[in-house]
Amino acid sequence: MAKNVISDETIEYVGILAKLDLSGAEKEQAKEDMANMLDYIDMLNELDTAGVEPMSHVFPVHNVFREDVVSNGDDRENMLANAPERKDGCYKVPKTVE
Amino acid sequence: MNLMSLTAAELGRKIKSGEISVREAAESSLAAIRAREGDVHSFVTVVDEEAVLARAGEVQKQISEGTLDSPLAGVPVAIKDNLCTRGLLTTCSSRILGNFRPAYTAEAVLNLEKAGAVIVGKANMDEFAMGSTTETSYFGVTKNPWNTECVPGGSSGGSCAAVAAEECSCALGSDTGGSIRQPSSFCGVTGLKPTYGTVSRYGLIAYGSSLDQIGPIAKDVTDCALILEAVASHDKKDSTSVKREDYRFSEALKDDVRGMKIGIPRDYFGKGLDSEVKEAVLKAAKILEEKGALVEEFDLSLVEYAIPAYYVIASAEASSNLARFDGVKYAYRSEDFAGLHQMYKRTRSEGFGAEVKRRIMLGSFVLSSGYYDAYYLKALRTKALIKQAFDKAFEAYDLILGPVAPTTAPKLGESLGDPIKMYLGDIYTISVNLAGLPGISVPCGLDKSGMPIGMQLIGDCFQEKKLLQAAYAYEQTRAYEHCPLAQKGVSES
Repeated sequence: MAKNVISDETIEYVGILAKLDLSGAEKEQAKEDMANMLDYIDMLNELDTAGVEPMSHVFPVHNVFREDVVSNGDDRENMLANAPERKDGCYKVPKTVE
Repeated sequence: MNLMSLTAAELGRKIKSGEISVREAAESSLAAIRAREGDVHSFVTVVDEEAVLARAGEVQKQISEGTLDSPLAGVPVAIKDNLCTRGLLTTCSSRILGNFRPAYTAEAVLNLEKAGAVIVGKANMDEFAMGSTTETSYFGVTKNPWNTECVPGGSSGGSCAAVAAEECSCALGSDTGGSIRQPSSFCGVTGLKPTYGTVSRYGLIAYGSSLDQIGPIAKDVTDCALILEAVASHDKKDSTSVKREDYRFSEALKDDVRGMKIGIPRDYFGKGLDSEVKEAVLKAAKILEEKGALVEEFDLSLVEYAIPAYYVIASAEASSNLARFDGVKYAYRSEDFAGLHQMYKRTRSEGFGAEVKRRIMLGSFVLSSGYYDAYYLKALRTKALIKQAFDKAFEAYDLILGPVAPTTAPKLGESLGDPIKMYLGDIYTISVNLAGLPGISVPCGLDKSGMPIGMQLIGDCFQEKKLLQAAYAYEQTRAYEHCPLAQKGVSES
């Protein structure tokens, strides 16, 4: 039995953040998997990280600036070729505003 | 002659001298694929014969005209299916990209093509590179050419299997937590993960952006050096790309390790390590010592914390990177939905497999309000400590030597049932990605059941040359072992 307990509310909320529509069985599995993973991840609490700066990149990465100049050609047709639906040279999506 | 049994460098020399045409090399690769794909299934997509031969003709023309002088000119290669190839199906082994034809080619692939490589196929992988067995591919599992009841490892399992089965000369893979080195070890080939930032990630479909690196997979160290030399570049299109002072990696191919200091972390040889793997790796260390390297044991520390830190960071980045797959721009869209939001959710739920969903959920959770500090920032702090541990080790040693994986390749179907157990298999590779270091997997023997064992050498950032030199020196003491399946169909071709 996992020490962490993931509530139905939490898994609903995470499903909204993740934009995933899980079935009832998938939700139960996700609760169990996530609880087990968090139990495992809690191992990190054994480490004293007080005063340690979080390291997102191993090298100091700074913003890389460039002039806002278009350098690639018009590739609209090839891009749109992958769209599940298209209309008038645009991506087509379901109605978003009533 | 079985051309695919040659290394890329050997084949390249024969093509250059005119002994073999680019077309013959390409035909040999396609024949091998026809003969062995039924057994291994290395590829999601094999390029049409007509297109391969047309490309071979182009390369031949450039060689004949003297405009192409690369050692890899005319060599047939496999490309992992998370690297974009213009007009050629690029699926990430996922249903959600099942019909995706990119409008552009990844920088690393372009560079390899500039060097004259002929792409014969897109290699199978774990879906979105999430997995250690290539069993999470939507398009079916890849099998280990050494024993088709075993996994090839992952996530670059297709690339490694294609090289081991001699379906092509060499391949490109990507490595986020061991995805080049571990399958290379399982398939008995050589795979290199370069220092973060060395190879442009432009056109690599992102999984964990701060950890992902593209690298070569080949039969030997020489090929890895040549491929790295071809693909590495400073690229403005990848803002994490690093401008290196020296890209002449093949200069490091010297049979000399005299005076090189090699540290063996005691923590890599403890509980969980298979005794045959341990024996083979320590024997390899002994050989380097006999060749003049100074080999000693030390305590690296923090090894077991790398895995939980990795799964927090990689999952967090994955949850963000995979947000773009929403049923609007790429290939797959659910047919059953009411309204925009349900379209997103249904598309993603149907389009992603179980392991990908598991990591997106975990990633969304650790980044969510209230948990961000406790999980995500804690993992980034742990990453800083791991980097410090390596920095300290590299004050004393030129290289670190250890196993690639705790065991040889497991049987198919044994790994996915217990994710945490599967994740533990990455224990020796994963910290290398967290610290941005280069690492190489070199074959160092077979276990009693005839499965390959890999030794891993790890260098400090930007020390690929030391890594290649030691790996090359070790490699001179043993012959490349061809897997039995690579003989299949040879008489016909």
